Amino acid sequence: MSIKAKLTNWSNSAKRYLDNTFVFTLIAIFIGLITGAIILAFAGFNPFESYWAMAVGIFSKPKYIIYTIIKATPIIITGYSVAFAFRTGLFNIGAEGQFIVGGIVAALAGYFLHLPPVIHAMVAFALAVGAAAAWGAAAGYLKARFGVHEVISTIMLNWIALYLSNYLVMSPAVKRAESEATHKILATARIDLFGVWKVSEQGMAWRMENRFFHDLLKPDINIGIIVAILLGVMIFLILKKTTLGYELRAVGFNKDAAENGGINVNRSFMSSMAIAGGLAGAAGALQVLGVSLECVNLSNMEGYGFDGIAVALIGGNTPAGCFLSGLLFGALKYGGGKLQSMMGAPREIISIVIGTILFFTAMPKLIRYFTSRINQKREEK
Amino acid sequence: MKHIDLSKKVVEMIGVTKKFGDLTANDAIGLTVHQGEIHALLGENGAGKSTLMNVLYGIYTPTKGQIRINGSPVEISSPSVAISQGIGMVHQHFMLVKPFTVTENIILGKETAGCFGKINMNQAAKDVSKISEKYGLQVDPLAKVQDITVGMEQRVEILKALYRGAQTLILDEPTAVLTPQEIKDLTRIIKNLTAEGKSIILITHKLKEIKESADYCTIIRRGKHIGTVQVDQVDEQQLASMMVGRTVNFKVDKQNGAKGGPVLEISGLHVKDNRGLPALKGLDLCVRAGEIIGVAGVDGNGQSELIEAVTGLRPIESGSVSIQGKQINNLTPRQIHGRRVSTIPEDRQLRGMISEFSIAENMILENYYKPPFSKKGFSQTAPIKENAQTLIQRFDVRPDDPDYRAGALSGGNQQKMIIARQIANNPDLLIAAQPTRGLDVGAIEYVHKALMAQRNEGKAVLLISLELDEIINLSDTIAIIYEGRIIGLLQNGDADEKKIGLMMAGHVN
Ligand SMILES: Nc1ncnc2c1ncn2[C@@H]1O[C@H](COP(=O)(O)OP(=O)(O)OP(=O)(O)O)[C@@H](O)[C@H]1O
Ligand SMILES: [Mg+2]
Repeated sequence: MSIKAKLTNWSNSAKRYLDNTFVFTLIAIFIGLITGAIILAFAGFNPFESYWAMAVGIFSKPKYIIYTIIKATPIIITGYSVAFAFRTGLFNIGAEGQFIVGGIVAALAGYFLHLPPVIHAMVAFALAVGAAAAWGAAAGYLKARFGVHEVISTIMLNWIALYLSNYLVMSPAVKRAESEATHKILATARIDLFGVWKVSEQGMAWRMENRFFHDLLKPDINIGIIVAILLGVMIFLILKKTTLGYELRAVGFNKDAAENGGINVNRSFMSSMAIAGGLAGAAGALQVLGVSLECVNLSNMEGYGFDGIAVALIGGNTPAGCFLSGLLFGALKYGGGKLQSMMGAPREIISIVIGTILFFTAMPKLIRYFTSRINQKREEK
Repeated sequence: MKHIDLSKKVVEMIGVTKKFGDLTANDAIGLTVHQGEIHALLGENGAGKSTLMNVLYGIYTPTKGQIRINGSPVEISSPSVAISQGIGMVHQHFMLVKPFTVTENIILGKETAGCFGKINMNQAAKDVSKISEKYGLQVDPLAKVQDITVGMEQRVEILKALYRGAQTLILDEPTAVLTPQEIKDLTRIIKNLTAEGKSIILITHKLKEIKESADYCTIIRRGKHIGTVQVDQVDEQQLASMMVGRTVNFKVDKQNGAKGGPVLEISGLHVKDNRGLPALKGLDLCVRAGEIIGVAGVDGNGQSELIEAVTGLRPIESGSVSIQGKQINNLTPRQIHGRRVSTIPEDRQLRGMISEFSIAENMILENYYKPPFSKKGFSQTAPIKENAQTLIQRFDVRPDDPDYRAGALSGGNQQKMIIARQIANNPDLLIAAQPTRGLDVGAIEYVHKALMAQRNEGKAVLLISLELDEIINLSDTIAIIYEGRIIGLLQNGDADEKKIGLMMAGHVN
């Protein structure tokens, strides 16, 4: 195909995409923000001021933007996890548990193994991803072997993961004295940038002289977002460019036809859940290796995996979509905190905004109905 | 024609145009249906018949044009509007809720609820039985749709429309899946309905049916209105050439080919159906190279289970299935493809294709993992596209765009796509189940030639069809299936419709 043909082809498909999903999502986001504004107004806050405070709180300083990205990174990746499974016909409600498994394995490997820098981080990451992939594959196996629906098995596996992780955290060999957490991972396993240096004497001295960087270095800058971008590209390639992706998508769309075509449907369920699990596990590992540096005894689930479901839904189950919606989510969550601290407005408003966005993205039909009505009216005139 | 009331125009479509992007599926089509009339809609696969009816039924909004019901213009913006205007439609592809019972499906959306919103199922079942008896449409009101045959599903769809009180009933290829006897019954039902003042719009590719039942026939070619004729003033040949734009040859030439050794041998085959009841009870059959064996039988006598058992989709309880002398019992579908067996499945949308995939992706469903389509685990776009382009050309799939979404193809073109893929797999044994279901006469001519060519090339062909004409036309030997067994073999020379019909009902000799 000539380059020109390719370009028009590409721009056509881009147009089609924009026509539908993207525009509808934007409309949903808009409706979500309006709803939030109305509620703010009812609660006696000036919505313009409130949103302005949020915007200032998110964008006004590079530091804030970094915080937003750090918040967004794990849910972008759990979003991938849910989206990937969904594209292959499965509902991965288990990203939460897979995230926990990835986190605890990374924490253990980060403390107990002794390896040179970089390699240590890579090994810890790989072990975490592997363990979480197995965790995901377990749900695939239960479906393939016993016909257990993955929604049920992944929910149960979430709880198993939570209690297993807590058990490990609190076991004497793992628990850090006078805390309810694991030992901090070793410096060799850390993936944050300047993390050790910035709190060293030397670093502190330098920061005192360079106020701008002093501020910038406050957040736990880490390479997580770069990994997230790489993972997004990888998923895109797997789904669109590989034989495995063909197989998984075929099963996702129509497993009877896939089976008839000779595809091993059961194996496909397991591969897909393993990849989804591995992704969520990667999110957990990045969080531990780059931000928290430890795993704590959790009284309840933290919701990274569940947020992933929302991110995937808003992101239209594509990697790029998840990336953007994850950022939006991160911004809203981080900005929600600002709403509270600067305006005194309850941050739950943000949950309402997010809920409304979800509600309307889940109903593109309704929006399509409205837009087609508007179009019709316009044509009639 | 005696029931037609020419003064009452129940449906008028005036200059209806429907575009899908750049594609004009309907180009300023006009259609007038009077009360009590049976109006046939004829056209090649992809001509735009279903689209036109979907516009009438409110599924698509027309790009241009007007619809009048009983003389007054209406905007049919959704199927519920269409239903309230007395229009009912039975779609080409069934739209039933599989885990629901027949009754639940029929009353869906029109449930009469008792106290606390509880649906009175007994009453509903009785109502359903009443209509089904009245029109002679046999269904099992309590069976789940997933367990019933394709034929019965079709009857449920018809009942569903009647239950909603349709005045004008659109039937999109209703007979494609029915047995000859059922078709006769349906024809009678349709005539009864028109006697009661209802009107029928009938889409069918079967010219014989148009001649038998329709009063008028509107012919569409590539989205354009070619003409409307009074059916008793034209013959089948004329209809066919109006529709295709050239003369069509109804008979296939059969050469006297040399038969080879056995390719498929089945002996004492026992298989269970979805409900765990025996479906095949000791079936024996042999298909040799260079011959077409046609399996004739009333729907639901084990045909589906036979195909599934041979292709590895259904476990074999006992007995044996061999290809080229080697047993293939309970191998996986992929292993069976490896033994050079290809299948044109009976339910194309369920088993044969992936609607969301492009034509190109569908064309490699069995071979996606082999070179040149896959190298080192990566899909190879260029060969995949080339393969599709070649097959699209060879089998005249329209539109000729490898990136076109398969689900948006017309029914006939979907079938062509599947047949193209299976024949391209170059099998030793080709299983063709209902290969021409829903195809226009031009396409049928093509498929029949293709199957015959396979036979003449020395391939073994197992043809399973509810179309007696097709079986008689193509088969070297006709095998009659009845209650899970082959109860008789007829050489083509001494098979006539009557004899086969009797045997299909279980009468041997
Ligand atoms: N939803 C859709 N989107 C895009 N194109 C469509 C869509 N539905 C139908 N088409 C195209 O419109 C044309 C007419 O299709 P239609 O289904 O009406 O044909 P048909 O006459 O019913 O054929 P058949 O006899 O095979 O059922 C075809 O080229 C088809 O590919
Ligand atoms: Mg059609």
